[in-house]
Amino acid sequence: MKHWINQHTLVWRLVLARTCRNKLATLLIWTVIGIALCLPALLYVIIDNLNQLAGEVKHEPQISIFMKLDADKTIVDTTKSRLEKHAGIGSLQFVSKDSAWKQMQDDALTDNIATNLKQNPLPDAFFIQPKDHAPTAIEQLQHELQNWEGIEHVLADADWAKRLYSILELGKKAVWVLSGLLGFALVTIIGNTIRLQILTQREEIEVSKLIGATDGFIRRPFLYAGALYGFGGSLVALALINGIITIFNLSVADLAELYGSSFILALPGWQISLGITACAVTLGWLGSYIAVNRSLARLNPH
Amino acid sequence: MIRFDQVSKRYPGSDEALRNVSFEIAQGELAFVTGHSGAGKSTLLKLMAAIERPSAGTVLIGNQNVSKLRPRIVPYMRRKFGLVFQDHKLLYDRNCFENVALPLYINGVTGQEAAKRIRAALDKVGLLGKEKAMPITLSGGEQQRLAIARAVVSRPAILIADEPTGNLDETYAAEIMALFHAFRQVGVTVIIATHDAHGISNIPGKMLHLDHGRLTVS
Repeated sequence: MKHWINQHTLVWRLVLARTCRNKLATLLIWTVIGIALCLPALLYVIIDNLNQLAGEVKHEPQISIFMKLDADKTIVDTTKSRLEKHAGIGSLQFVSKDSAWKQMQDDALTDNIATNLKQNPLPDAFFIQPKDHAPTAIEQLQHELQNWEGIEHVLADADWAKRLYSILELGKKAVWVLSGLLGFALVTIIGNTIRLQILTQREEIEVSKLIGATDGFIRRPFLYAGALYGFGGSLVALALINGIITIFNLSVADLAELYGSSFILALPGWQISLGITACAVTLGWLGSYIAVNRSLARLNPH
Repeated sequence: MIRFDQVSKRYPGSDEALRNVSFEIAQGELAFVTGHSGAGKSTLLKLMAAIERPSAGTVLIGNQNVSKLRPRIVPYMRRKFGLVFQDHKLLYDRNCFENVALPLYINGVTGQEAAKRIRAALDKVGLLGKEKAMPITLSGGEQQRLAIARAVVSRPAILIADEPTGNLDETYAAEIMALFHAFRQVGVTVIIATHDAHGISNIPGKMLHLDHGRLTVS
């Protein structure tokens, strides 16, 4: 056990000494890895934020039915009973023009608009939730209702929410594709860096092998170096992401204020930060493992 | 300790480097492998040290068949040997102390225990005062002695040296030979390949003379 710890501390000390000797080169590689990691991570954080924003919007599609302004009570009542009997409708909510008018007057935001109006401009309205959420079914229902007597306008408000969801869905796929590509790039970058290191330490590897070093012994410092590259890269990536989002937020806050919202992009939490770090370390390890194994196979006398 | 039985070695695309070589070296023996350059001396040593595998025949090291060793076991087999290479194979990016430390680290010996053994090995070859020196600043003879220190630091049972006196003048060469003789006297099996038959004529030991891959005197 003591030997084991000794050997590993020895390897770490060797790797750290090499890293310190090539400060500038190490820093450059960290930056390259950091930028490669930061792109998909940044996209993920933004999509995640938008997702949460969209989550506040009710996902259930709703159809709003506005009656004609001159529709009298009998027509409204017939429409109500027809709607209640309709097989395609799940739930129904009626808002009369008077209650809508009262609500408008009570609401502080719309209060001064209401006081400037002489009479109630609002129609009677129904809000229904269709049973079938499929876009085609909703559209069909919308068309059907549009032709009923006394109905002015039928509005299906699910469209924009659906579009937003599909865009977010697309965004998520983009994150995966980008992560895959840049992950591959990362393995290649680190693998190549390690390959160059192996070339400069070729003699040492050869001698070590001749005097009885196992492949594991030879591999170890390179694996640690690869993992260290990944770790350093993830630190750079996290710094970049936090910096970029903070800068973005200055503009996002301005924009959100125009819409009367206090929305800002959230910084990545510890789970995401840890995830990025773990990913980078694993990819670094993997990259150097592949590089060392290829070199060992070439060096093997057998 | 070491037994060759009808051993042949052929490298891909060339003639047989060794043909039907059979001999035996007992524990604690001193053996010289002689012959002109290209006679197969280095190949013979590589076969002993499990660096190469025979094309035919069997190589037994302490009752283990080298050609049947699983690749995972080979590194552990090699640790039984102290190797002195023809071109030293010193690492020029580290000092003498660290050069000698390498086999110990491979064996998992570190810290104080390692330092003690490294200094003992350097002392034995007369380089104790130079542990912080870089190998490039040493003379040819000193570099050779450093290579020997590295070969013996993990106290191997068998010491194999390929042309250890190749580029040295006579006084240095005699010094090095005396060193090997001293190891032999403490029970280490020593095998030395040399093309210089004069330098060894006054040292008692087994002679293995190679001529175009064949063993002529045994």
